[in-house]
Amino acid sequence: MPTFWLVVALFALSAAGFFLGRQRALQAAGGDARQLHSLPSYYGLNVALTSLVPALGVLVIWLFAQPMIIESTVSGMIPDDLIPEATTRGLVMSDVRRVAEGLDTAIAQGAMTRDEVNTISTDDTDVRARLGEVGVALGSEVRSEVLSAAQRYRRMSQTGAVWMSIVVAVLAIAGLALAYLKTDKDFRARNTVERGILLLLLLAASIAILTTVGIVLSMLFETMNFFSLHSWKDFFFGSTWAPNFRGDSELSILPLLWGTLYISVVALLVAVPIGLFAAIYLSEYASYTVRSFAKPLLEILAGIPTIVYGLFALLTVGPALVKVFGRGEDGLLGVEWMSGATSVLTAGLVMGVMLIPFVSSLSDDIINAVPQTMRDGSLGLGATKSETVRQVVLPAALPGIVGAILLAASRAIGETMIVVMGAGAIAKFSGNPLEAMTTITTRIVSQLTGDTDFASPETLVAFALGLTLFVLTLGLNIFALYIVRKYREQYE
Amino acid sequence: MNDMTLVGKNVDTRNIKISARAVQVYYGDTHAIKDVDVDIESNTVTAFIGPSGCGKSTFLRCLNRMNDTIDICRVEGQITLDGEDIYDPKVDPVQLRAKVGMVFQKPNPFPKSIYDNIAYGPRIHGLARNKAELDEIVEKSLRRGAIWDEVKDRLDAPGTGLSGGQQQRLCIARAIATEPEVLLMDEPCSALDPIATAQVEELIDELRQSYSVVIVTHSMQQAARVSQKTAFFHLGNLVEFGETGQIFTNPEDPRTESYITGRIG
Ligand SMILES: Nc1ncnc2c1ncn2[C@@H]1O[C@H](COP(=O)(O)OP(=O)(O)OP(=O)(O)O)[C@@H](O)[C@H]1O
Ligand SMILES: [Mg+2]
Repeated sequence: MPTFWLVVALFALSAAGFFLGRQRALQAAGGDARQLHSLPSYYGLNVALTSLVPALGVLVIWLFAQPMIIESTVSGMIPDDLIPEATTRGLVMSDVRRVAEGLDTAIAQGAMTRDEVNTISTDDTDVRARLGEVGVALGSEVRSEVLSAAQRYRRMSQTGAVWMSIVVAVLAIAGLALAYLKTDKDFRARNTVERGILLLLLLAASIAILTTVGIVLSMLFETMNFFSLHSWKDFFFGSTWAPNFRGDSELSILPLLWGTLYISVVALLVAVPIGLFAAIYLSEYASYTVRSFAKPLLEILAGIPTIVYGLFALLTVGPALVKVFGRGEDGLLGVEWMSGATSVLTAGLVMGVMLIPFVSSLSDDIINAVPQTMRDGSLGLGATKSETVRQVVLPAALPGIVGAILLAASRAIGETMIVVMGAGAIAKFSGNPLEAMTTITTRIVSQLTGDTDFASPETLVAFALGLTLFVLTLGLNIFALYIVRKYREQYE
Repeated sequence: MNDMTLVGKNVDTRNIKISARAVQVYYGDTHAIKDVDVDIESNTVTAFIGPSGCGKSTFLRCLNRMNDTIDICRVEGQITLDGEDIYDPKVDPVQLRAKVGMVFQKPNPFPKSIYDNIAYGPRIHGLARNKAELDEIVEKSLRRGAIWDEVKDRLDAPGTGLSGGQQQRLCIARAIATEPEVLLMDEPCSALDPIATAQVEELIDELRQSYSVVIVTHSMQQAARVSQKTAFFHLGNLVEFGETGQIFTNPEDPRTESYITGRIG
C-alpha cells in the first residue's frame, strides 16, 4: 500500500475512533454527560490519539530507517575492486539505486514482468538497453554485481513496505481497541489527552531540531570528505581562489570571506542608518495616519524576492554607478574607475536596500516596547523629542537594536541572489568598492551548478564553504544573544 | 462652585503662580475634568485629594502640558503661568516643562546610572559649567531627595536597579535638579516607608521657600501636614478648594466631609 493511502487510512481510523469513544463514554454514563469524569469529546480524542500517535510515530521512524538499513546491507554486496579509481562506494550505490528505480519503471510500463525483473542477469540480457527503452538512461554498462544488488534492493524495499503497512495497521487498531475498551465513565480521559497532546507537540519540536542536526551532519561529512582530498591549511590560510579541473586547484576561503564581509559592511552602512532613522520616525514622530500607511509600505520591501533585487542591481544600480564612476570622458565624473556593472558597491547598495525593512521593522517593534513612562520622565524634565530619543529611548532599546543589526548582518552574509547577480565572480583582496568581487555564497552556487561530480575537491569545497558560512552566522547570532542578555541584566 | 474659589481668594495674600479657568479635559469621548478653576500660589504647597480615578493626575498633567503626549487627550479652557497662557501656540512646551517639573505617579528612572539620571536635566539645560559643578548639583539633589546616603557609594550603578521606594526618591531628586519654579508631584510617597516619607515631606516644606509645589496624595494626614491649600476632586469635578485647615476641620461640601472621614473613596 503506498504510504499516502496508509496515512489516509490512519486518519480515517482515528476519526472513527473519536466517534466510537465518545459514544461509548456517553453510554457508560447512561446518556448523562454530567456523570462523566471528563467532557465526552475527551473520551473520543483519547481513542483517536491512542490509535493515531504511536502508529504515526512508528511510520515516520520506519520511513527514515528503512532506506538506511537497506543501503548498508546492499552496499556490503559490492566488492571493493568494483569501485573504480577516484570514485566512492556512494557513487556505485547511486548506480544501484538508479537500476532499481529503472526496473520499477520497466514494470510500471509493462516492458518487463515481475518475474523477469527478479531473474534477469547481465549474461543473457543487455540491461542498459532494455532500461533505455523505458526512458531510464544509464551512464555505463550494468555490471552483474550492480544488477544483483539492485534486485536485492528492490526486494528488500518491497518487503519492508509490506511489513511497515502491517505493523502500522496493527498498532493503530490495537491502540484503538485498547483505548476503546478502557473507556468508562470514571476513566480520566482529560488527563490522558493532555499527555497525548504533550507527546504530539514534543514530536513536532524534535522533528524541527532533528532536521537541523541532520543538515549540519550532512554538511560535516561532506566537509570531512573535502578535507581528506584537499589541505585544510590551504582552505583556511591560503590566499588564492583558483579552482581548475587539473587537480592542482587553490581553494582558499579568505578572498571569498573578504568579499562577503566587504559587501555585508557596505550593505549595513546603507541599511542601519536608514532603517533605524525610519523606525525612529515611524515610532516617535509619525502621526497615526502616516504610520498606518507607511509601515505596511516599508514592509512590502521585505516581501520582494531577492532575485528581483538582483535584477535591480544588474540592470539599474550597476549601470547607474558605471555612468557616474566609469566610461572615462563620457561619464559624469569623467573618470575610469569602474569598468563593469558588477561591483562591491552595486551589490552592497542593493543588499542594503533589501535590509532596510528588516532593520526598521525590528527596531520599530523594539522602540515601541520602551515604556511611555520613560519618555514622559524625560519630556517632563524639559527635554525635546530628539533629546528624549537620543538619550533615553535609544539607550533603552539598544540591546534589541544591536540584536536586530546583528541579525541583519547574518542575513547579509548569507544572502545569495543579489551577490550572484551584482557582485561579480572574481575572487580577490581589494579595498576598492568599485571592483567586482565574489562571495562565499556565489562560489557555492557556481561550484555546484552545471556538471557536478561529487568526488572532486572543486565540488566538495562547496560544503566546506557552506559549513564555514553556517558557523559564521551561528556565531553572529550567539553573539547577538549574548549582547542582548548582557544589556538586559544591566537595565532590568 | 465659583463662590468656593472666592473663599480661597479672600484669604489669599500671596502671588498667584498658576491660574486655571474653566478647564475641561477629554480622553476621546470621556470627559475626565469638568470645568475646573484653581489658583496655585507661589511659596505654597497645594494638595490635590480625591478618590481614585477622579482626575487628579489628569489635571496635574495639564499644568505642564504632559497631556500633549497622549494622542486622544484634548484640553480646553485657560491655564496661565505667571499670567501667560501656557496653551498659547507661541509657548514652547519644552521650556514650560523645564519651569514646571514633574514627579510621576509611577517611578520612571532612565536606564542610566544614578549619576546620569540626576545629571540628565542639568546637562540638557546647561546648568553646570564644569564637571565639579555638575557633581555638586547631583550631590545636592540626591541629599534633598533623601537618598544620598543610600547611593553615594554606587553612583555608577543603574538607576533601574534600585528598590521601588529608592527609585521614587531618585525621581524626586532628578526633578529638583533642574531647579523648576513649580514642582508637580503625583503621589511621591506612595511607595515610601514612614522615615523616607518624613524626609520627603521635609523636602517639600523646604522647597516651598522658593517654589510652589503641587502634590497629589491619597493620605489625608499627609495633605494636612504638608499643604497650605487643598483641592478635593470628585468624578472630574473640583468639589472644594480652600485653606487646608478649613477643608479638614470645616468642609463646606458634604462630599468633602464624607471623603475625609472615609465614607466615600
Ligand atoms: N491615557 C488615558 N486614556 C484614556 N483615559 C484616561 C487616560 N488617563 C486617565 N484616563 C481616565 O481619566 C480619568 C481620570 O484619571 P486619572 O489618572 O487622572 O485619575 P487619578 O485621580 O489620578 O486616579 P489615581 O488616584 O488612581 O491615580 C479616569 O477615569 C481614567 O480612566
Ligand atoms: Mg493618579
